[in-house]
Amino acid sequence: METTGAMAETPLLDIENLRVTFRTSHGTVEAVRGIGFTLGRERLGIVGESGSGKSQTGRAILGLTAGNGEIRADRLRFHGQDLMGFGQREWRAIRGKRISMVMQDPIYSLNPVMTVGRQIVEAYTTHHRVSPREAKEKTLEMLAAVKIRDPESVFGRYPHEVSGGMGQRIMIAMMLIPDPDLIIADEPTSALDVTVQLQVLAILDDLVRERGMGLIFISHDLSLVSSFCDRILVMYKGRIMEELKASELHRAKHPYTRGLLDCLPSLDGPKAPLRVLRRDPAWEIG
Amino acid sequence: MPMLEIEYLNVRFSDTPVLKDVGLAVPRNASFGLVGESGSGKSTVLRTVCGLVDDWDGTISVADRKLGAKRDLAFYRTTQMVFQDPYGSLHPRHTIHRILSEPVKVHRLGDTEARVAAALAQVGLDATFRFRYPHQLSGGQRQRVAIARALILEPQLVLLDEPTSALDVSIQAEILNLLQDLQQRLGLTYVVVSHDLAIVAHMCETVAIMNRGRVVETVATGALGDTASLSPYSRQLLVASKGYDRAAVDRFVDFE
Repeated sequence: METTGAMAETPLLDIENLRVTFRTSHGTVEAVRGIGFTLGRERLGIVGESGSGKSQTGRAILGLTAGNGEIRADRLRFHGQDLMGFGQREWRAIRGKRISMVMQDPIYSLNPVMTVGRQIVEAYTTHHRVSPREAKEKTLEMLAAVKIRDPESVFGRYPHEVSGGMGQRIMIAMMLIPDPDLIIADEPTSALDVTVQLQVLAILDDLVRERGMGLIFISHDLSLVSSFCDRILVMYKGRIMEELKASELHRAKHPYTRGLLDCLPSLDGPKAPLRVLRRDPAWEIG
Repeated sequence: MPMLEIEYLNVRFSDTPVLKDVGLAVPRNASFGLVGESGSGKSTVLRTVCGLVDDWDGTISVADRKLGAKRDLAFYRTTQMVFQDPYGSLHPRHTIHRILSEPVKVHRLGDTEARVAAALAQVGLDATFRFRYPHQLSGGQRQRVAIARALILEPQLVLLDEPTSALDVSIQAEILNLLQDLQQRLGLTYVVVSHDLAIVAHMCETVAIMNRGRVVETVATGALGDTASLSPYSRQLLVASKGYDRAAVDRFVDFE
């Protein structure tokens, strides 16, 4: 119901025929091949195996495609604004402030030689003109919002002094502090243990709901995405195979989605051999 | 007699205890799962059995032989390990042929050509793979090579440390099927370490659930459905394995 309400207003994102192509020494590689979707203030999951183009889709929305890559699209709009003609300056006004991204591994994506607190303060003061004291207060509030018990002590720590789960909560705090409209989370919890993973997702879930943000959740984990998101796009080799309501994943029709579901081992499943995915070359052709 | 029996195993990394009184028994031709979160010590159990950890006490017996401080060559003919990351466990500048023939040379088994060809066929790779390098292979093919390298010595006990966690689910299914098929054909005994309860439930008859260096409980995987009979730790792990449930997260507790 929320989804239809959100779709009525201008969508946060409106994408039509997005293509991402890379020039390599072996010729051109098309990572994303003509996909389109719209996003409201909802949680959209993009699921696929490695090479499906799910991460490149997320990066293209933020203008983070690598230098040898080229983005083309009939439409790539954020809040009705055309992102296609953006230069570096215009991107900087959007990145972090309006759209931000939570990456997979906090150990690699946090700055190792800067305290956690300074990094979050920097994320905030880049987009808001406030006094240092105010920035620190806001940062401590944000650390508390991601359920860090002792924000003062964590503020002064370096990334290597925190656990993986706490590192990812710090990342979320840093990405949410400028109060963006859209969060792109690329495998945000894949490096974490299951219980910690769900705890981190609950924090993200609560904050995204409270602040009415849109969320794109990119993951290889079909069952996790279906339990977390409102809607799912299933990608394969750069194309969208199927779009589904998350609650109706079990009614998926596309043979690729069905194949992915069937090859998962189950907790109470038979010990018989798992079904193996048969890839149909027709899936790759538009 | 069990294929692998561990009693009161204690391991310390400098002053930090990593394993505390771990005990388990794996019957011949069985699959035994070790499940737990990171830091629970599950991989350390495997590493200790195969001689990669020096400072341990307790008793470990493999095929009715008690292990001492050093492992001899004969031990490695009975016990082999497959590591988690097929991107890191194969030498990047050795061909597949060299990777597979090295254990044959170390153990002076002779007949290298035939053994390498047979090992490749066993894991479903054709002979042309011999002259390739690891970077020319997909993740699934690399893990097949890692399995072939373990099996080329015709071991009885195979230790599998997260054998599919670096692979896509469709490739994971192929590797799990291959492992089950090999076990039946060759009469192997498996110890499977995984953070994924579903994989262990699928592969193994019995699972030991570990937390902070201890075995919390050992249960038949068929009994995992009956959550009421499980310890609180295992129950929470099981709930978490079933996907995101906002209300369930609030009931999570930290276990010491």
